[in-house]
Amino acid sequence: MSCGQIILDYGLRSIGIGAQLLPRGEFSLCHQFTLIGSGLIWNIYFAVLALATGFFAATGLALAKSARARWLRKPAEWFIFLFRGSPLFIQFFLAYEMLVLLPRGGFDIFGMTVATSWLTKAWAGALIVLFLNTAAYSAEIFYGALMAVPKGDIEAADAYGMTGWKKFRWVIWPTMLRLAWPSYTNEAIFLFHATTLVFFSGFPSFQQKGDALYYAKFFADKTFNPFVPYPIAAFYFVLLTLSLIGLFGWVNRRLNRHLPGARPRLRIRPQIIR
Amino acid sequence: MFADCADPKSLEGLVWFLCYLTTGKQVLFYWSFLTVLTLMAITAPIALGFGFGGALATRSHIAPLRWLGMGYTSMVRGVPDIVFFLFVPVALDQGLEWIRHKTLCPDWTEPVRQGADFVVCAAAKLPLSSSPQSVHQVYGFVLAVVAFSIVFGAFAANVLAGAMQAVPHAQLETAEAYGMSRRQVSRRILIPQMWVYALPGLSNLWMILIKATPLLFLLGVSDIVYWARELGARKSQIYDFPHPDWRLWYFLVLLVFYLAMTRVSEVVLRRVTRRLTRGQATMAGEAMRKAGA
Repeated sequence: MSCGQIILDYGLRSIGIGAQLLPRGEFSLCHQFTLIGSGLIWNIYFAVLALATGFFAATGLALAKSARARWLRKPAEWFIFLFRGSPLFIQFFLAYEMLVLLPRGGFDIFGMTVATSWLTKAWAGALIVLFLNTAAYSAEIFYGALMAVPKGDIEAADAYGMTGWKKFRWVIWPTMLRLAWPSYTNEAIFLFHATTLVFFSGFPSFQQKGDALYYAKFFADKTFNPFVPYPIAAFYFVLLTLSLIGLFGWVNRRLNRHLPGARPRLRIRPQIIR
Repeated sequence: MFADCADPKSLEGLVWFLCYLTTGKQVLFYWSFLTVLTLMAITAPIALGFGFGGALATRSHIAPLRWLGMGYTSMVRGVPDIVFFLFVPVALDQGLEWIRHKTLCPDWTEPVRQGADFVVCAAAKLPLSSSPQSVHQVYGFVLAVVAFSIVFGAFAANVLAGAMQAVPHAQLETAEAYGMSRRQVSRRILIPQMWVYALPGLSNLWMILIKATPLLFLLGVSDIVYWARELGARKSQIYDFPHPDWRLWYFLVLLVFYLAMTRVSEVVLRRVTRRLTRGQATMAGEAMRKAGA
């Protein structure tokens, strides 16, 4: 089989397009590169959606945590502690077991049936867990940045007569983002890496549609040779991590573009497992 | 365990539950918590040692050693750690078997890799197929410890390298001006001072180590996740203690265990930080001095 044919067959295999069965008997380098690369679609899907939605939840949570009202502050603190204090692996298992307990046929609300079975699938269930998890981690980062917003900025906003939403939108929020951005970049990288856990936790992979690491393990188990598939997966992840750093670096420059002199450079510090 | 538990089918209510919680399998579940704690207790110092070596290597004057240190510290940055957890044990196992194969069976001519198989002579197998089950378990656990140590050593090397750079440079120069050699500067000035700078990173690392322990399950060790899945699964009437799917409750227990571990560590680490900050020429140390005076 030519490499082009293999790419046609397996390039989109992870989302169910192309060959039905996974390769058997022959595991060429082209097979491994194609299939592991195809699995990467899931990693990107989880990372992009969880980060995009988690960002807003995190902003809300950070504000709630810094609120003076007890009924707002305490739930936010507990939520953050719950998701930051326990392993993501356990969160996946727990979420899966909880979602499985939902009635199979769905709920009946006012005569309408609300289906629930889709929640146990990885694309939805794992995404919810990742969303809650990154919301908690980012909220802690944003909270720290919120506490570090210079007093003078807020006094200046007050002097201009800004209040409420306007003050938040034009003064507090941009400064908070600017301060939080280096740590938030780390968080984004580690969330991206954490997406590899999905198919190793409770969520089953349907019709052998899995992520990059799922296929890497498939090849390692089949060929009994870990020295080829894992470096391929590592190669893909390094590549994507670098593009992620590039993207976030661009945002960082934009956030800091009004500041004179040296712009704070992004420092990527490792802190991976959650 | 109790005499009353001999016939579980006749039991009811609280007694049934007590008997259930003391069956042999349940006790194995309780022991597996010790497995996890043991892993943490063994891994933490080894990883710290690896990290220390790696951090010193990045400052070395010998170029290959420095490259090695740089490579080691940057290894974990771009690649998910789970890749290493899956890779290191298998690679290590095959590497050791290959070395033993070469030394123990030199007259074996067939290649080690035959298609999808990895074939070594019987004497080179690790552990030997004749050895008891417990040896296999210990071997698996040791491989897990090594994998954890290598990955966390790389994290620790990052933290410690940063801490070494954070020690005020003037102090090192002063030491040199007093005529100390490089070794002496490292041993007397750099290493004693770096810990307070390393502490935030290291406590973060400890938290991460706690949260990484469920990955033992992926390495095939019978840890708490393994037993929670095993025991929680639905047990039909052919079992002594039939029950519906209880995995949710088992995982809730694990969640509480981890949250408690995190909480306790937080409190302890805060105390250690206070202790190490005392008398340091940092902002926190200065604040403590003023508060005391």
